Amino acid sequence: MSISVMVPTLLRSFTQDQKRVEVQGNTVLEVIEQMEREYPGVKDRLIGDGQVHRFVNIYVNDDDIRFADNLGTALKAGDAITILPAVAGG
Amino acid sequence: MLKLRAGLLEAMLEQAHRDHPLETCGIIAAPVGEPTAERLVAMDNAARSETFFSFAPKQQLAVWRELDERDEECRVIYHSHTASVAYPSAEDVSYAGDPSVHYVIVSTLPEVEVAVRSFRIVQRKVTEEVIYIVN
Repeated sequence: MSISVMVPTLLRSFTQDQKRVEVQGNTVLEVIEQMEREYPGVKDRLIGDGQVHRFVNIYVNDDDIRFADNLGTALKAGDAITILPAVAGG
Repeated sequence: MLKLRAGLLEAMLEQAHRDHPLETCGIIAAPVGEPTAERLVAMDNAARSETFFSFAPKQQLAVWRELDERDEECRVIYHSHTASVAYPSAEDVSYAGDPSVHYVIVSTLPEVEVAVRSFRIVQRKVTEEVIYIVN
């Protein structure tokens, strides 16, 4: 299943400056792994030790995956993933 | 150098003092390709803390979508320090990864010498920059 992924500015160097890419996958993790095959280096910027980095937010449609099944969040046809930097500090 | 539309410095300070002693936060958007940061968007501090701030993920998504629709980009991320000077903390540096963003810090400490300062933070290296006000 092809999923549309919105890529943040910071990661566009991996995607040849493309803002939106189409990637195959049935879960968020599968999409990220497929992105890694097509755009090597991107996975390390998103996840480590099997978790989404704390400075990254990943959304399926309008929902942050931390409030769903995280990287295991299932995708259906027409879903869109948005990746944004998490903004925080002290 | 950060080029900022006149009035926005005061707007950040006002917001910071209004939210004091909690930290406040927000962004200033600029039209893509234009040099001046023009449009301030106050954000909720989801942490509601005196020592930490975080954008609420849902609100951030909505704001970023709006930027996209308006052909704008996030040029400035600002937040306040309510018990320290306007300089990035270790935590600020650990989150600030975008070399295209200006990180502005507002201090609400009454005795602080400079209340609003702007920084670039690239690979954990902090460099202060001048804020240039554009009328």
